Amino acid sequence: MSELMMVKPVLLWSDVLVYLLLVSIILFFWQLKKNPVAAARWAAVFESRAGLASFVVIVFYLLIALTDSLHFREPLEQLEGQQEVHHSQEVSSVLDLILADLKAQDETTYSEPFAIYSFAKENMQDADGNVYRNFPRLKNAGSHLSSESELAGDIAARAGSAIAVSVLIALALCLLHYRLSGRHYPRVPWLSAYITFSLLLVASVTLLQLGKVYHVFGTDKVGADILYQSIKAVRTGVLIGTLATLLTLPLAVVLGISAGYFKGWVDDVVQYIYTTLSSIPGILLIAASVLLIDVYIETHPEDFNLVAYRADFKFLALCFILGMTSWTGLCRLLRAETLKVSQLDYVQAAHAFGVSHMRVIFRHILPNVMHIILISLVLDFSVFVLAEAVLSYIGVGVDPSMKSWGNMINEARAELSRDPVVWWSVGAAFIMMFILVLAANLFSDRVRDALDPRAR
Amino acid sequence: MIAYILRRLAYAFPILLGVNLLTFALFFVVNTPDQMARVQLGDKHVTQEAVEQWKAQRGYDKPLFINSNEGQSALTDTIFFEKSLSLFVFDFGKSDEGRAIGADIQQRMWPSLALALPTFIVGISVNIIFALFIIMFRASVFDTAAMVFCVALMSISGVFYIFAGQFFFAKMWHLVPISGYLPGMDAWKFLILPVVIGVVSGIGGGTRLYRSLFLEEASKDYVRTARAKGVSELTVLFRHILPNGLIPILTSVVVVIPSLFMGSLLMESFFGIPGLGSYTLDAIQAQDFAVVRSMVFLGSVLYIVGLILTDISYTLVDPRVRLS
Repeated sequence: MSELMMVKPVLLWSDVLVYLLLVSIILFFWQLKKNPVAAARWAAVFESRAGLASFVVIVFYLLIALTDSLHFREPLEQLEGQQEVHHSQEVSSVLDLILADLKAQDETTYSEPFAIYSFAKENMQDADGNVYRNFPRLKNAGSHLSSESELAGDIAARAGSAIAVSVLIALALCLLHYRLSGRHYPRVPWLSAYITFSLLLVASVTLLQLGKVYHVFGTDKVGADILYQSIKAVRTGVLIGTLATLLTLPLAVVLGISAGYFKGWVDDVVQYIYTTLSSIPGILLIAASVLLIDVYIETHPEDFNLVAYRADFKFLALCFILGMTSWTGLCRLLRAETLKVSQLDYVQAAHAFGVSHMRVIFRHILPNVMHIILISLVLDFSVFVLAEAVLSYIGVGVDPSMKSWGNMINEARAELSRDPVVWWSVGAAFIMMFILVLAANLFSDRVRDALDPRAR
Repeated sequence: MIAYILRRLAYAFPILLGVNLLTFALFFVVNTPDQMARVQLGDKHVTQEAVEQWKAQRGYDKPLFINSNEGQSALTDTIFFEKSLSLFVFDFGKSDEGRAIGADIQQRMWPSLALALPTFIVGISVNIIFALFIIMFRASVFDTAAMVFCVALMSISGVFYIFAGQFFFAKMWHLVPISGYLPGMDAWKFLILPVVIGVVSGIGGGTRLYRSLFLEEASKDYVRTARAKGVSELTVLFRHILPNGLIPILTSVVVVIPSLFMGSLLMESFFGIPGLGSYTLDAIQAQDFAVVRSMVFLGSVLYIVGLILTDISYTLVDPRVRLS
């Protein structure tokens, strides 16, 4: 049996939601073709340079998150005479295979970016057996170099060849795309998309190539590669940004629309619910709920026999709670808009023809409040990505076993008071987060401009 | 006016009751006091007696809603009455560690306020000044560049502003102490850096929002009329756009004023300021549910007070609005 056949696929609940998300995004753009009015609005987003470039960045992050959502457990080595295959307790993903080089290169403790010596002194023995203290060489960084003087030249040579090759590949791909598809849509500013794509490709190829022989962003306290961690954290960031809104979206839509449509006591009840929820300070509600989830997990260990299951459960619960603190805003907007729309003539006409409530809501109300839902989806994305860092710092964020930017910052926090400062872990998290949040902010601006009737 | 405020306060009661029921459900029904005790006592193999003792010390051994006693104590001698309803008279009781929460809050709200109030006032002033400045050059390269800069500032997590501020001002240049607090007038040394960081981290979002509010005002008819009759651009800005643009800004910030007492979790814990924010954070990390429950209630009360103040401020700044 081949190695590949023996891996055991693992389906986490968050994975299922990622696939659903992907399918719904594809379905959304597919059905857009049938609706020329909506298509024209969305075209405005992609015909702006900032909108298209930020979309490319977001798709890039989404793809990383997707490859990190295909999980499996590797088989353990079979003992002699053993028939059954046992699987590792560790859940890996396809991304781990791609980053296998980075993952395997553990050191003993901190090391600076591109360093070949450790950050901390250790006891060593010289040829005569005398013990002395000095910075030891790293095991997996620059071990092919004979002295530190070769370091700069080697980095430049490796980076240069990686950049040269990836620029050629990027150029070829962009040209190919333009020949096959791009030139048929002359109004789309393809150049900005191609530049963004090329930059991302060159950056990732170069980082991965250099990452094979160096720790590009250094290593953390236990010697794990920071670059690996910050890439693994992409999934957490992207998922928290999307799932937090999506998980509570049905609640907001159903309550908001029914309050605005049915009015009367339904409206009173819904208003009471969202006023009550929004009057609780968000961060306290999150903290309290996360504490309760911790208690639940601690008292039900039998439900979570793998670390990954526990982390996933806690993660989804966190997404749901984050959503609970923010759906009230969307609900209020939907209620107000539904109140307005349901007074319009065509809705009155539908009532006069005896169309059922369900049909009126789905055919006339929902499509006309859809822009509010989409705008709040993209606007909340960056808010949640940033919130994760703060929550993990407070200690009510994602499970410590799950890689996330917040956890990276939290772990590095104590080390900022060291001298010299251990800055690279925070720096790497900052860069990865900043790119994603900036892209999301720019994209949401364009979406709001295109979809919000008031903005025009 | 007074009748209106009284009616609004009456409306607030069911909302606070809802908050109370929700937190009660979260803390006592979803998780039983037994589970809390086990987590607090730490050990997996904790004895039942120890759990009972822990509960009895804190009054968690009573029935949830209805006691089997005869008479009035059937309803009053319960966890719900003693731990949740008592919050309505601001009787916060004791924390799970045995300290009086009410006294702690009274003592700790002043450092919180000393940090939050300057941050709030300076922050709003800075944002308004920046927004006005950008409005003066609207639809120019400067406007676009400033907006891109604001979006970039907004994309940085608040944690990084704190890291950077602490690193440069306190560690590298030794201008201010890294963290800590002294009561009285000496506090300013410890407060100045967190205030500056708080203001800077809010500039991106605030300036952008106020710019759009001012822009909306600038596109109105009376502004065009003023220009048409030859009023200078600066007079239009300061006599017409600024006062009218301040109305939505004022009414949007009034709601957070009471909540300033609650302090900032992040700032206070980073800078070691003994306010309510770090109090809450300590309680969260020590899993002291009694304190968290009290802070949830207090936060909700302050938010509702903020909502009422918002409505009142509407009538004060805009005579067209009548309370009914």
